[in-house]
Amino acid sequence: MKVTVTVNGSQIEADVPDRTLLVHFLRDVANLTATNVGCDTTSCGACTVLLDGRSVKSCTVLAAQADGRDVVTVEGLADGSGAMHPVQRAFQAEHGLQCGFCTPGMVMAAVSLLDENPSPTEEEVRSALEGNLCRCTGYHNIVRAILSAAPAASERRSS
Amino acid sequence: MSILGTRVVRTEDPRLLTAGGTYVDDLRVPELTDAARVTFVRSPIGHARITGIDTTAAREAPGVVAVLTIQDMDDLVPPPPPEPGSEVIEGAPLPIGGLWSEPLLAVDRVRYVGEPVAMVLTNDSYQGEDAAELVSVDYEPLPAVIGIGTALETETLLFESTESNCCVASGEVTDDAIFDGCDAVIKQTIVNQRLAPMPMEGRAAAAVFSDGKLTYWVSTQNAQITRFILSGVLGLDPGAIRVIAPDVGGGFGAKVGADRDALLVAWAARKTGRPLRWVETRSENLVGMTHGRAQEQTVTMGGTSDGRILAYRLDVVQDTGAYPRMSGFLPFLTKLMAVGPYDIPNVQTASRVVVTNTTPISAYRGAGRPEATAAIERAIDLFAAEIGMDPAEVRRKNLIAPDKFPYTTPTGATYDSGDYATALDKVLAAAGYGELRAEQARRRERGDVVQLGLGLASYVEITAADAAAGETARLEVHDDGKATVYTGSSAHGQGHHTAWAMLVEADLGIPMADVTVIHGDTDLIPDGVGTYASRSLQLGGVAVHQAALDVKDQARRVAADMLEAAEDDLELNTENGSWQVRGDPATGRSWGDVATHAGEDGLVAFVRFAPGAPTFPFGTHLAVVEVDTETGKVQLTRHVTADDAGTVINPVLAEGQRHGGIAQGVAQALLEEFIYDADGNPLTGTLADYAAISAAELPSFELLQSETPTNINPLGAKGIGEAGTIGATPAVQNAVVDAVSHLGVTHIDMPTTPARVWAAVSAARESGEN
Amino acid sequence: MIPAPFTYKRAWSVDEALDLAVQNGEEAKFLAGGHSLLPLMKLRLAVPEVLIDIGRLGELSYVRDDDSQILVGALTTYDELARSSLLAGELPLLAHAASRVGDPQIRHRGTIGGSLVHADPAADLPAVVLALDATLIARGPGGSREIGAGEFFRGLFETALQPGELLTEIRIPKPRPASEWSFQKFTKRAIDWAIVGVVVQGGRVALVNMGQTPVRASGVEEALAAGAGTRDAAAHAAEGTSPPTDINADGRYREHLARVLVARALEESAART
Repeated sequence: MKVTVTVNGSQIEADVPDRTLLVHFLRDVANLTATNVGCDTTSCGACTVLLDGRSVKSCTVLAAQADGRDVVTVEGLADGSGAMHPVQRAFQAEHGLQCGFCTPGMVMAAVSLLDENPSPTEEEVRSALEGNLCRCTGYHNIVRAILSAAPAASERRSS
Repeated sequence: MSILGTRVVRTEDPRLLTAGGTYVDDLRVPELTDAARVTFVRSPIGHARITGIDTTAAREAPGVVAVLTIQDMDDLVPPPPPEPGSEVIEGAPLPIGGLWSEPLLAVDRVRYVGEPVAMVLTNDSYQGEDAAELVSVDYEPLPAVIGIGTALETETLLFESTESNCCVASGEVTDDAIFDGCDAVIKQTIVNQRLAPMPMEGRAAAAVFSDGKLTYWVSTQNAQITRFILSGVLGLDPGAIRVIAPDVGGGFGAKVGADRDALLVAWAARKTGRPLRWVETRSENLVGMTHGRAQEQTVTMGGTSDGRILAYRLDVVQDTGAYPRMSGFLPFLTKLMAVGPYDIPNVQTASRVVVTNTTPISAYRGAGRPEATAAIERAIDLFAAEIGMDPAEVRRKNLIAPDKFPYTTPTGATYDSGDYATALDKVLAAAGYGELRAEQARRRERGDVVQLGLGLASYVEITAADAAAGETARLEVHDDGKATVYTGSSAHGQGHHTAWAMLVEADLGIPMADVTVIHGDTDLIPDGVGTYASRSLQLGGVAVHQAALDVKDQARRVAADMLEAAEDDLELNTENGSWQVRGDPATGRSWGDVATHAGEDGLVAFVRFAPGAPTFPFGTHLAVVEVDTETGKVQLTRHVTADDAGTVINPVLAEGQRHGGIAQGVAQALLEEFIYDADGNPLTGTLADYAAISAAELPSFELLQSETPTNINPLGAKGIGEAGTIGATPAVQNAVVDAVSHLGVTHIDMPTTPARVWAAVSAARESGEN
Repeated sequence: MIPAPFTYKRAWSVDEALDLAVQNGEEAKFLAGGHSLLPLMKLRLAVPEVLIDIGRLGELSYVRDDDSQILVGALTTYDELARSSLLAGELPLLAHAASRVGDPQIRHRGTIGGSLVHADPAADLPAVVLALDATLIARGPGGSREIGAGEFFRGLFETALQPGELLTEIRIPKPRPASEWSFQKFTKRAIDWAIVGVVVQGGRVALVNMGQTPVRASGVEEALAAGAGTRDAAAHAAEGTSPPTDINADGRYREHLARVLVARALEESAART
């Protein structure tokens, strides 16, 4: 079936099998390979993107369900001048990534969290990440990164 | 001021954060444009004879390029016939082979759920899943051998020509005389449970065979070793093989080299002449990638009533899964490190390795050493409880004193340097141990539902156990003054590109931004070893350092020529990378000038650094848990550590390794376990059931600094990658037991799930009431 | 990892959804948020030939005050329920329970209707609507009908819905006081399904994962009605239940947890008033 998804501001239109998962549409049709597949039970969150502004696990959304909708992946986070989003900057500053495989999903989950809860506590951050697994970092620096990014993320949203 | 030891953010990150890494599934190179997808057909049964495979329906499915089974493997040299009694080298991490050998595709028997039986090649991965379902395999079930006890007792043999399911046995622990004269002796059986390494990227490989040459991309921790293995398997000259490690999404020891599934992709690419790509699913990964740990241990510890340990016995049985891929290597390391940081005069160790109808076992973060530490740390707490002494006191009384190094243990390990008591004291002070014990006492007095538990682990571990294999570095300074490092190390998250650039900047004054680090391509780096065993900084980093010093010597000669001065009159200003006559900056020449002047030979150095010995980082972990005694639920509220791996080049990277190790260590203590039913069916075969730890189960960690250099290498560095895992697991397990010890609980096996904790508390209450 | 092939159809109205269901018969399933159905399809444990996407039926997404009851559209997401200020005031139990389902990503997609129709006894919202004595509205080709929550959950993954019927609304009588509630979800990890869960609203108690369907702890309710104290009433928590044994817990431990958690739930609920 024909599916049209706006991805990072660009319309991507393709004829794909009905069962195409959104994550594969993004990786193989839109050629945005940053978003990764880490599991097959909707458990790990590596595939997290924003769908109409809210974090979703793109492995558990059909491309057909995203037809006519807006998706943002980590590749679309930089601002118009190419500067990293405050969350991306904070992940580097706080060493919130090692192998990088969970990172795109983790960053999008963080962006969505700060969108909905601009000044979270540490406990709220940890709880919000229960669906995003990382094997490398132990989460310590990921949490620090998100907490430190909160004020700047808030500012960027209002500007 | 040297950049070494300062906090430097990673140069790897901007790319990973904005465009994402390029893992095997992300490769969009021209050679793979037409790549077909590989989907494996795997055994759904734990133990069976294969009586037939019918690929007819599969071959006709949409998009199918080929379906391959053992019948198609006629192009490989068959393995040599089994030799009864082939010598097993316990201390070598090599498959036993012979009577215990493992095929690539299953021949006539399957021995674990997940074992590869056939390969379906399709145009895309969706078609692959469909077609794989159509391959029809007839199985004649055999009794499954599950569990160490069964493996030792059953008459069912996994390998028909062997005498038992025990493939390695070493050491004797029958002499009880070592416990004579002990005021107190404790004995305990302990399970160090099976775990799934579960890197976020599973196994993946892509292969192109063209004009007699194989190009092979693989998610691996060592490209060069992979090439060596491929050369043997495919009968190809290593020069005809190029192995490339792209970005790798974690390994933790389970991606050392390439395993049978990944090797099959290379074989199939040559067989069919079609470029291929294979990316396993998580469910495949949980049964197809090697598992870790899986030991049963019996510890016996005896000592005086004032806390001096006189004798320790460790008897290990290692479940190695269906195929002994690592011979006796893991329990060999466990026995080697059995005594930990303690000065114990009498030690006995023994081990056996058994096969079972489960996923094969291999290295997983710590590889044999977490098992050793978990065993003795549990024993210490049991001994402390037996004599009624605080477990911190017992540890302090028995730690090897700082003036005893180098110290050779009764098990044959020579510890290079250490200050164990200081690490212990630091942690106790930072945690406020006395206050915590007081709070525990108050809660016990009140009979609170939620009790407090404190758990300690003091550990020493062996890093770069294969120091003799060394590591390589090639450093080149170019005519434009920039530098390139070709390292044999193979980072998969460790940040080597940042650290190695720091080393070059520190030694040569070339700014990090001008240093490119390359790894993982056998065409560019034919000679290298790789990243595992926490070896990379102390071998690969030192090799970079030595190559830099070599280049510096060369440059001095060239600069002397340029400046028409004596070499001794020259200095390198490492602040700005300028060669000058001492004290005369006006004479300064840049690295670019010097490299250009060096002419055709350029400024290039190749170093293989292979010190004679491994190093021994150490530390102490303290875990604070709250246990709900009505439900058994455990919450880790604090985790305080001092992990000493000698000289720290970049504290940011070292802390990251400690954090990651701690999380995996805590996960073993509290949550994770890979379980099979009696027929060999995995019960935790998806992430819905395998309890991988999340941020919600962990606190932020409290890391203390400690740097006791080694004299084994010029940087004074040991390895930090696995230390966190080794210290964290027993600290948390001990804390959980400690929380309910006043109720009569003496031991709880890991993972200390709510059900296990409650069962222990109920049982203790019931026997207390009788 | 990938569902077996199926045909995707999209409905733009409830009537269209019902027509598509009639046309495609037993091989068709409704797709709402997809977070109960798609995971099963990805493991090929469910292989419907046709999916009827009802995710665009905005008219089924609402939380309304209807005087003595709250009306919830079946396609309201967990996140919308969690954020609803109407629920915060009138039915905080439902808002809180919804906020504890899965993780944020799941809550952005999963719907209350999807959860109820999937009828997993380990799910939270079925027990919540059972405790709240909700009435479920089903629409089929023959029209609408009302099904009491007590009759809705028939067995393991089995409801009273007939083939081709769509759950459209959940009607919940406003509890008085609204604040006398508790939700105890006992898990190993934060993300996990409840090993055992307890839902309390006033004198009504429902249990999660203590049988093949959510169950009312009638022994506890009767004891409370007869004037028993919290601990004494909670002692009846496991009566009439048949808790499963799995890798996380055996039946005996679940029964113990039910008693402990019911006691805690009753205490917490009482403390809120």
